Amino acid sequence: MNTFGIKFHFGALKTTSWWEHAIRFVFGGAITVIAGLLAKKYGPAFGGLFLAFPAIFPASATMLERHERMEKEEKGVNPGNRGCNAAALDARGAAMGSLALMIFAIFVWLLLPGTSAWMIVGAGALWLVAAAAFWAMRKYRRRICAIFMPAKQAKSSALL
Amino acid sequence: MTQLIIRFIVGGLFVSAFALIGSMLKPKSFAGLFGAAPSVALATLALTISKNGTPYAAIEARSMVAGAAALLIYSVVVLLLLKRTRMHTLAATSSALAVWLGVAIALWWGFLK
Repeated sequence: MNTFGIKFHFGALKTTSWWEHAIRFVFGGAITVIAGLLAKKYGPAFGGLFLAFPAIFPASATMLERHERMEKEEKGVNPGNRGCNAAALDARGAAMGSLALMIFAIFVWLLLPGTSAWMIVGAGALWLVAAAAFWAMRKYRRRICAIFMPAKQAKSSALL
Repeated sequence: MTQLIIRFIVGGLFVSAFALIGSMLKPKSFAGLFGAAPSVALATLALTISKNGTPYAAIEARSMVAGAAALLIYSVVVLLLLKRTRMHTLAATSSALAVWLGVAIALWWGFLK
């Protein structure tokens, strides 16, 4: 897969240790249980909030920072702020992903009653398409601005 | 108890699967999208629909809009903490969880209660 420069890097599987997988599994399982218990005790309107709890992000960003730092240290290069910058990029991606998550939630909220339960699979696909679209719009914002704006305005918007 | 164990396993599997896909993707900004993947949502909604039906799950999804808005603010706060203060990632992502909780509860209190 190399559309828009997106690649699958299977080598990343080797650098992830078993305990990193275990942490993600336990975090994911725990927050799913907590969301269910809160919905049972305080009702679905409160429990539903936790369907968008940042379950993966803290562990993933911390691991990403660690991997980035270790990679540089193994090469004998001072890692500097590389780890921190990689985690910041991850946070920017999560911000765009959460916009797509809002679209996912609105889609399920409005269309789930009266349709098949399988529509949540379609909602998952919609999340991926929306998230990728937001990412591509940010990546190619200069080209997009150049199409819709005169040259002078495009220059100033590129600074944003 | 069996329900809770099933919930734990299903949630763990969904979150691990999305995290695994995210860790294999490059560039990093694209992989970051998976930090806000609907992993817990898909696991919870699938289990809720099978147990309580679609109208109950739709109420959860409505509140999830507020939760996702809180996640957007959380991500921006983490980004600013990492860029401006150069705080350690674990400290930034953990301390900002209070922001997510505060915003989510405020939105629930204001619009959904």
